[in-house]
Amino acid sequence: MATDILMPQLGESVTEGTIAKWLKKPGDKVAKYEPICEVETDKVTAEVPSTISGTLTEILVNEGETVEVGKRIARIAEEGAVEEKTLAREEENTEEAAKEETHAEVAEDQSMKHRYSPAVLRLAQENGIDLTNIQGTGKGGRITRKDVLRVIEEGKGIQPAVTEPVEEKQALQREGNKGAPEPSRAESQIPDKPKAKPSGVVLEEGDIEVPVSGVRRTIAERMVMSKHEAPHAWLMMEADVTGLVELRNRLKEEFKQREGVSLTFVPFFIKAVVDSLKEFPYLNSVWAGDKIILKKRINISLAVATEDALFVPVIHDADEKSILGLAKEVHRLAKKTREGKLELNDLQGGTFTVNNTGAFGSIASSPIINYPQAAILSFESIVKRPVVKEDAIAIRDQINLCMSIDHRILDGLMAGKFLKRVKERLEAFGPDTQI
Amino acid sequence: MPVISYIDAVTLALKEEMERDARVFILGEDVGVRGGVFRATAGLYEQFGEKRVLDTPLTESAIVGVAIGAAAYGMRPVAEIQFADFIMPAVNQIVSEAAKLRYRSNGAWNCPLVIRAPYGGGVHGALYHSQSVEKIFAGVPGLKIVMPSTPYDVKGLLKAAIRDEDPVLFFEHKRCYRLIKEEVPEEDYTIPIGKAEVKREGTDVTVISYGLTLHFALKAAEELAEEGISVHVLDLRTLIPLDKEAVIEAVAKTGKVLIIHEDNLTGGFAGEVAAVIAEEAFFELDAPIRRLCGPDVPAMPYSPPLEKEFMPSPEKIAKAIRELAEF
Repeated sequence: MATDILMPQLGESVTEGTIAKWLKKPGDKVAKYEPICEVETDKVTAEVPSTISGTLTEILVNEGETVEVGKRIARIAEEGAVEEKTLAREEENTEEAAKEETHAEVAEDQSMKHRYSPAVLRLAQENGIDLTNIQGTGKGGRITRKDVLRVIEEGKGIQPAVTEPVEEKQALQREGNKGAPEPSRAESQIPDKPKAKPSGVVLEEGDIEVPVSGVRRTIAERMVMSKHEAPHAWLMMEADVTGLVELRNRLKEEFKQREGVSLTFVPFFIKAVVDSLKEFPYLNSVWAGDKIILKKRINISLAVATEDALFVPVIHDADEKSILGLAKEVHRLAKKTREGKLELNDLQGGTFTVNNTGAFGSIASSPIINYPQAAILSFESIVKRPVVKEDAIAIRDQINLCMSIDHRILDGLMAGKFLKRVKERLEAFGPDTQI
Repeated sequence: MPVISYIDAVTLALKEEMERDARVFILGEDVGVRGGVFRATAGLYEQFGEKRVLDTPLTESAIVGVAIGAAAYGMRPVAEIQFADFIMPAVNQIVSEAAKLRYRSNGAWNCPLVIRAPYGGGVHGALYHSQSVEKIFAGVPGLKIVMPSTPYDVKGLLKAAIRDEDPVLFFEHKRCYRLIKEEVPEEDYTIPIGKAEVKREGTDVTVISYGLTLHFALKAAEELAEEGISVHVLDLRTLIPLDKEAVIEAVAKTGKVLIIHEDNLTGGFAGEVAAVIAEEAFFELDAPIRRLCGPDVPAMPYSPPLEKEFMPSPEKIAKAIRELAEF
């Protein structure tokens, strides 16, 4: 082992000291606490004692030289010095390797791409720059102020942030492709070259570019985030809902007349889910990094599709509602969605998502979790199938229940138990069930 | 121009002002015969005598109280509080009397008083010899607070403080005393109170600081330049009145701000600077405003590793700047 002797602090305001005299020379044996040199400051002169016993190997500061407090002035060696050096070097190597790894990760992360700082937004607005055309160099792909300034300086990629008619853009792109014989000219004249870069998609004649709407972008971002963050696992069960179909058929006319809304299967699905969630609170939870939060309220997000978008309005406190209450709520939210009148409150606070994929004929689907919820359950088409019942072939109304779970929160066993309870509840409905 | 230390600049400014103006006098604990525990008043007792360099009892309330009376009477007292930590018994005099004299007399009286006090840690001074106290006074209108970081600024600002018509708290970082040296002109000059100064030009991250941590920031900036990170460093020099224009200008240089001081984080002056930036330079910001300050613990620990943990350092600053640059 070799130990460094440092310039000591010899007073509160003293920051440096001058070696007045070395009392030992290299090769001398020194005992612990034995003075090895004298140090002078503008306040005092003092002896510096050795902190260990050993041999003075090196004097690093000559007599008369002034150095800062804490600087190495000498080294004193014990045995085993070589070992220590190798060790230190190894440590350094692993550290470097770790650094490289993080760098690689950073390069791929694009989570901050659409987080714009006030400076970036202002510069983009003042200079008419479309930020979607800029490749960010900040953390998580964030577009930094410098990135925008660079674009302004280069005078490239500048185009009205508002809108250029789509046709015009297309024409320009096409021309660019046709202009292949003189690529240098084409390259320097096409202003939106950076745009083609991120997607890598080549436009061919007749292709139509559809600008991505705000809603579409949000959907895209949320889907990517969910798939990226939550490891999805998928399972499916089959339920015999012959009884439920009979029940609905018996009630639907009268229900419509009495309540003014159609009685669909959806409220029954939700009811079965809500009652089962009470038995399995982990299905009604949220992943929060270092903990799992079991939500007290049961708020069911309901996937509602319009022609060009998907919304998930929320039925708050679904566990406090009857089939009738749920039917009215589903009707209200679906209507608001189609009319584009959803309010923020209608979209917030969901704890579990129900997806009625059967509505468009699907018989199996693998839904993407509505992040950060723990699971999403799809109810597929109800179809008549020949099934074996009590050792005979029977025609029954069958439905597939498809569920995706966040495997960080849930394992297959609990998810399976939950789904089985949903199935049992659906199968328990009969033509005479009171609702 | 001779190269002199931070503390020599204090002594020089006092000497020159005492020579220039017979109304200037010094009072404090051990400032006379001993020449001050840090030697800031060395030689002044010999030159100006016991009537202008007063050794006082260990009673800070009296040191400041006497000085306020003398100032109101037309003298130019420079009171020394041996360590800023010991200013507490004088807080009532400073806050309730000195700060308010002009206001409560409707301008009939004023208080041209300077209170000098060495502050700050990193010197193994532990609990009662390391405190930063500026935040206690920063919210008291009527006081000016000057905290220079270099010998040149010390001389120019201390002279300006002595000539000021109102009370000035002049805080000197004791670690800077013998650590910081530079060329200081021999001739008379002053630096206006309330003016910040850019100590380094840069384009990636703006650092705003004062006192010892400013030097740490400059050192970090030096290292980071090799990594290709360009750091803009603004030295506030005066906390009150704050040079808002300079702050906003510095923010606009990079859009990313790190504010550093040794005083505790909560209620520290960095919070005020951050508020000014948020209010008046919001659209210049390219990253959340960051603060690197002393932690919210009651005092500077004596244990060397803990003191190191408490103190801002070039390494900690470099890390924070790097994070901002990468953001």
